[in-house]
Amino acid sequence: HQVLRIKTKNEEEIKQLQLLESLEHLELDFWINPSAPALPVDVRIPAASVQSVKAFLESQGIEYSILIEDLQDVLDKEKQDMAESAQRQRSSSFDFGAYHTLDDINEELDHLASEYSFVEKIQIGESYEKRPLYVLKFSTGGSNRPAIWLDAGIHSREWVTQASALWIANKIASDYGTDDSITSLLDKMDLFLLPVANPDGFVYTHTSNRMWRKTRSKIAGSVCVGVDPNRNWDAGFGGPGASSRPCSDSYHGPSANSEVEVKSVVDFIKNHGNFKAFLTLHSYSQLLMYPYGYKCTRPDDYAELESLGRAAASSIRSLYGTTFQVGTICKTIYQASGGSIDWSYDNGIKYSFAFELRDTGRYGFLLPANQIIPAAKETWLGLKRIMEHVRDKSA
Amino acid sequence: SVAMELPPSHFSAARAAAVAVGYLRYLRGGPGRGLELRELRRARRQDIDDVGHKYYLELELEDVLDKDRTVNCTAEVLYHLGSKTSAPDVQVTVQGELRSTEEAEQEFYNRIRSLEKELVAENIPDSHGNVPPELEPIHLLAWVASGYLIWQNSTENTTFHLAQVKHVKQVKRSDEDLQFDYVLLLHDMVSQEVLPWEVTLLWHPQRGARVSQS
Repeated sequence: HQVLRIKTKNEEEIKQLQLLESLEHLELDFWINPSAPALPVDVRIPAASVQSVKAFLESQGIEYSILIEDLQDVLDKEKQDMAESAQRQRSSSFDFGAYHTLDDINEELDHLASEYSFVEKIQIGESYEKRPLYVLKFSTGGSNRPAIWLDAGIHSREWVTQASALWIANKIASDYGTDDSITSLLDKMDLFLLPVANPDGFVYTHTSNRMWRKTRSKIAGSVCVGVDPNRNWDAGFGGPGASSRPCSDSYHGPSANSEVEVKSVVDFIKNHGNFKAFLTLHSYSQLLMYPYGYKCTRPDDYAELESLGRAAASSIRSLYGTTFQVGTICKTIYQASGGSIDWSYDNGIKYSFAFELRDTGRYGFLLPANQIIPAAKETWLGLKRIMEHVRDKSA
Repeated sequence: SVAMELPPSHFSAARAAAVAVGYLRYLRGGPGRGLELRELRRARRQDIDDVGHKYYLELELEDVLDKDRTVNCTAEVLYHLGSKTSAPDVQVTVQGELRSTEEAEQEFYNRIRSLEKELVAENIPDSHGNVPPELEPIHLLAWVASGYLIWQNSTENTTFHLAQVKHVKQVKRSDEDLQFDYVLLLHDMVSQEVLPWEVTLLWHPQRGARVSQS
C-alpha cells in the first residue's frame, strides 16, 4: 500500500478528489480529507488501485508526492522495533555489545552493585566539571586485602575501553563462585575497577567531538581546553614525549597531578596502600606494554614483566588469533613522559601494564560495536593471566 | 653502512610500514579493494651518510574484502635527511596476485555516474563504527586518498592513520573520471593530533586513482 500526499491548487481539484473519495471500489482511506485547496490531502491507497489513482491524478494535472512508498515495510519495522524494546525491558539487561552514554553506564554500575553482594560502587572524587568518579569495588571480605587496580577511558575517544570495562565487570561479578580462577582471585584479593576515568571528556565525545582525548579543564592564559591525563602523572613529568602547548592533544598540563581526574586516583591508591597491580586500558594498536615510557631504560623487573606480558599476549591470541605486541612503552610506541603505569611502578606497584586494544588502524577509535564483546573477551583473558600471576605472588 | 635488523615490534619499523601501506593503497587501492597490513614480518634499517634512513620491509597484506587470502610484499622506504618538505621515497613489490575487483568497481562506477544528484556524505564510519554498505566503496576510496596523504606527509616521527571521513562530496565532471572532494581526519599516533585534511580524488575503473593537484 502506498500513501500519497496530494497538493490541490483550486476548488476544481478539491471536487475531483471528492469524486475519487466516493468511488467505493477503490477502497481509498483518506488520512486527511479534501477540504480546502491550501491544505494537503493524505490518502492510503491499496496496491490494486495505486496505478489507476496515479493515472487519474496525472491526467487531471493534480500534483502529488509519495509519502510512504510501502506501508507494510514501515509497519513491519515498527513491530520489530517494539518487540526488541519489549524484550530489552523484560530481561532488563544491559546490551554489552553496544556503545552507551555516561548516564546509562552509571545506571549499569548501580545495577551490578545492587545485584551482587560483593560488588560496591564507591566515589573516589569528582571530575573538573563535577561529575562523580565511580569505582566498582569487588571484595569478598577481609580488611584491606592486597588489591588490583583496573581503569578504562582515561582518553575519552577510546570508546572500546569503557565498553570493555563494563563487560569485564559483569563477567567477574557473574562468574564469581563458578569460575575457579575468578573465585580464587577474589577470595584472596580485592579488585577496583574505574570504567570511565575521564567522564567530562567522554560526555564531550558524545555531545560535541567524537575525537576528543583530553580532560575538559580550562587552562589559564589559553583559549584551548584540556590536559592529556596520561601525561599528567608524576613520573618524568614534563619530559620528552609530552607537549608544553595547551592546544596540543598531548599537553602535559601546568603541573603533575593538576588534573583532578588524575589526583583522585593517586590519592585513592596512596591512601589504600596495598595495591599490587595497576592495569589500564587504551585503544588502538593492539599492544601490551610495561614501564618505562618516560625513559628508555629497562625497569628492574624487566625479565618478569616481559615474560608475563608475553604470556598474557598469548592468552589473548588463543581466542580469535588477535596479536598484541609486547614491550616497554618507550620501545613499542614512543617515549612518553607523565604516564600512569610509570607512576604506579615507581611507587612500588610492580605489576603495571598498559593495554592498547583493537584494532590496528582499520577503524581506529571508531571500532564497530559488533567488535566490543570479542575485544572485551580477548582482553579479559590477558588481564586474567596477569591477575592470576599477581594472586600467586601476593597472597 | 650496513642494514641493521629491527624487531618488528619496534615503533620505527611500524612507522615505515605505515608509509609503505599508504603508498600501496594509493597505487593499488580502489572502491573494491582495501589493503590492510596483516603482519610486519621483517624490518631492517640502513643509515646512509648524507642521504637519510632507509628501511627494508617484508610485509604480509590482506584485502579487507577478502580476508581469507593474504599477499606478501617487500618495500623500501627512504626518509630523506633533514628534509621536512620532501616525501619519503617508497618502492613496493607485490608478490603474487591481488584479487580481481573489475566487476565490482565497474558496477560502482556505473552507479555513481547514473546518480541524478551528486553524492554527499559525512562521518564515515559514524561514532559507533558503522559504515552503510552502499558507502563502503566511498570509504575505500578515502583510504586511497589518505594513502597519498600519508605517503607524502610522513616522517620518522609520525604514524598516520585515517581516523574518519568527515565529509565527502562528489563533483560531476565532463570527462569520464569520478571526482570526490574529501575532508579526511588523519590521526597521528605520535603527537596524538586528529586533524582535517582536504583532498580531491579522481578515479576511473581502468585508469585508477590520482590525487588532483588543483
